[in-house]
Amino acid sequence: MKLQLLLLSLLILMFCVPVGAQEDSAMVDSLAVDSLAALPVPAPVTDIGLSDLPNDHGHAVVVEWTPSTDDGSGLANVVGYQINYGLSKDGPLDSVGFVPSASGSYEHVGSKDENDRTYIPDHTDLYYRVDVKTVDGRLLVSAEVAGPVQSSGQWYNTGRTAVLIAVALFSFLTIFYVQQAKAGKELYIRPIGGIEAVDDAIGRATEMGRPILYVLGLGTAADVATIASFTILGRVAKRVAEYQTPIMVPTYDPIVMTVAQEVVKSSYMDAGRPDDYDEDSVHFVTQSQFAYVAAVNGMMLRERPATCVYMGKFFAESLLLAETGSVAGSIQISGTDEIAQIPFFIVACDYTLIGEELYAASAYLGREPKLLGSLKAQDWGKGLFVVLSIIGIILANFGVESFGALFEVAD
Amino acid sequence: MKRSTYLVFGGVVVLFALSWIFKSSVLEDGVYSNVWEAFKVTLAAFLTLAIFSFLYKDNPLYKFAEHLYVGISAAYWMCLAFWSTVVGNFIPRTFESLSAAFKQPYQPSSWDILGIPGNIIYIIPVLLGIMLLMRLSSKYGWLSRWPLAFIVGTTAGLNFVRYLRSDFVAQVSSTFVPLLGTPDSVSVWSSFDLNATGPVVALLSNWVIFIGVFSGLVYFFFSKEHTGWFGRTSKVGIWVLMITFGASFGYTVMGRISLLVGRITYLFGDWLGIVQS
Repeated sequence: MKLQLLLLSLLILMFCVPVGAQEDSAMVDSLAVDSLAALPVPAPVTDIGLSDLPNDHGHAVVVEWTPSTDDGSGLANVVGYQINYGLSKDGPLDSVGFVPSASGSYEHVGSKDENDRTYIPDHTDLYYRVDVKTVDGRLLVSAEVAGPVQSSGQWYNTGRTAVLIAVALFSFLTIFYVQQAKAGKELYIRPIGGIEAVDDAIGRATEMGRPILYVLGLGTAADVATIASFTILGRVAKRVAEYQTPIMVPTYDPIVMTVAQEVVKSSYMDAGRPDDYDEDSVHFVTQSQFAYVAAVNGMMLRERPATCVYMGKFFAESLLLAETGSVAGSIQISGTDEIAQIPFFIVACDYTLIGEELYAASAYLGREPKLLGSLKAQDWGKGLFVVLSIIGIILANFGVESFGALFEVAD
Repeated sequence: MKRSTYLVFGGVVVLFALSWIFKSSVLEDGVYSNVWEAFKVTLAAFLTLAIFSFLYKDNPLYKFAEHLYVGISAAYWMCLAFWSTVVGNFIPRTFESLSAAFKQPYQPSSWDILGIPGNIIYIIPVLLGIMLLMRLSSKYGWLSRWPLAFIVGTTAGLNFVRYLRSDFVAQVSSTFVPLLGTPDSVSVWSSFDLNATGPVVALLSNWVIFIGVFSGLVYFFFSKEHTGWFGRTSKVGIWVLMITFGASFGYTVMGRISLLVGRITYLFGDWLGIVQS
């Protein structure tokens, strides 16, 4: 009985409180309306300036203005500014943006696609109007429509000058050292542990009479890691052709398969054994990540390769491959530039090429002038990075930040 | 096949049937569950377990699941490529009648070449794709080298600038960190505050960045043998790398465990109904 009374009283309270709150709310709303009505109408913006946005695709305009004199004066009657745009001075002008109070500029960036609703035509007269928006939602139209202004694209983005200098410098270094290598100059590359083991691993496979499994990873033919892997595959395939050891190259990407077939075929021809080349040794499996791994794992346990080489771009399947290879009793050599996968290869494989060592390995094995030259250019690039960083750190200690601004790149 | 193999296969078939019947006959609000839904759940659970059986050793069940997975995924990606690239991208830009047939909105070209609609340019990638397919022919296989060269060369050229910008130029300014504090932060050492967002921790972080970046760069320097002070710095670099890889390993393992949790939840929840999924 007491519980029922308590519940009934709670129920009554539930209906009473909102009524009271509504009454209070109504009182507050009434006060708010009264106070809003007392606010003076803000002054319009002045000095509207229009200009083409620099370093863009040609479909953007910068709108600048002097804010309303009432903005920030303490009257709190300016909420912000609404920017309107049209193709004619007489209208219609559509709203394209809103900025809060105290703002004095707006970048109207549109699409270059004519079918897009945000399209802004280039080399066409455009007109803008900036309205002051008040607290109660009233708009105060500015004195006149500004314009015309025409947007146009620029051929050169000055914000990316640092990239241009870096490209020019790096290209010069690469070409210089490639020419040096072609001229016969000896370009030293320090020994890389994992690569020296490749020949031993191939010999092991030949002695055991078991095949070699070469996995190019899940990258496309345009990925740098895959391109480096092609060079290593060529070297491995040539050795394999000389020793007449079977090789299996299951691929993830169809285009990678075609390139790999070319690489292996030419390696067999270089070794003087074109008839030994089996086209089925390089085959496409599937373009689904874990289906590919399932198939390769099955191959490992059935064919029992003596050596597994993983070179290229790998993702979540890296440990699946490496662990299965370990169960199959294979010696495993891996190399990838995927930072998240390197730890898995390090713990599960016998030799691992970390990041740039994969690219260096292709130069080390192939000894082609172009590869050696680009590796030298990279080392010079690292040296330059160190020198610039030392200068920047010294200046940063003195509070000089302008040096760092030189390396900022615009979008 | 051995007798034990027959027994195992027979057991699997019986269990599959029992699971299907059980899932089909489970009452939900007085209505029998859909038989087809029960088959799908049972099949998914059994394929999951077949793949998991690889943990024991390679077996016919795993082989079946593997081949099924490979075949279906290859067919799926082929269909996806056709409907997204040919039907979704090529046909709407070039053939109005075919666009209507495939119920795709026709996208006419906004420009033309001597009266020919500009979208005719999309024929070029189609021709390159056909040339790539010539790979299958022993006589005309050489034609596939041209589109391959185009793909590799174009991507390498685009990536050259992209990587130089993001991995080199943008990284340079990030290493401009004060190691002794700026003239404005003289009070850093006067108030030894170990707050994570404080100036002391920021300064220590700067030193970690400095040592890590420089020693790492020395490790990846291939033009000089790693001996003497160069070799010692390189060793510091590899230590920094290994510590980073260890942290990355732990973080990634957490993600893999979450994938396993998803499958276990499916088996115990959707299939067996033991846990609330």
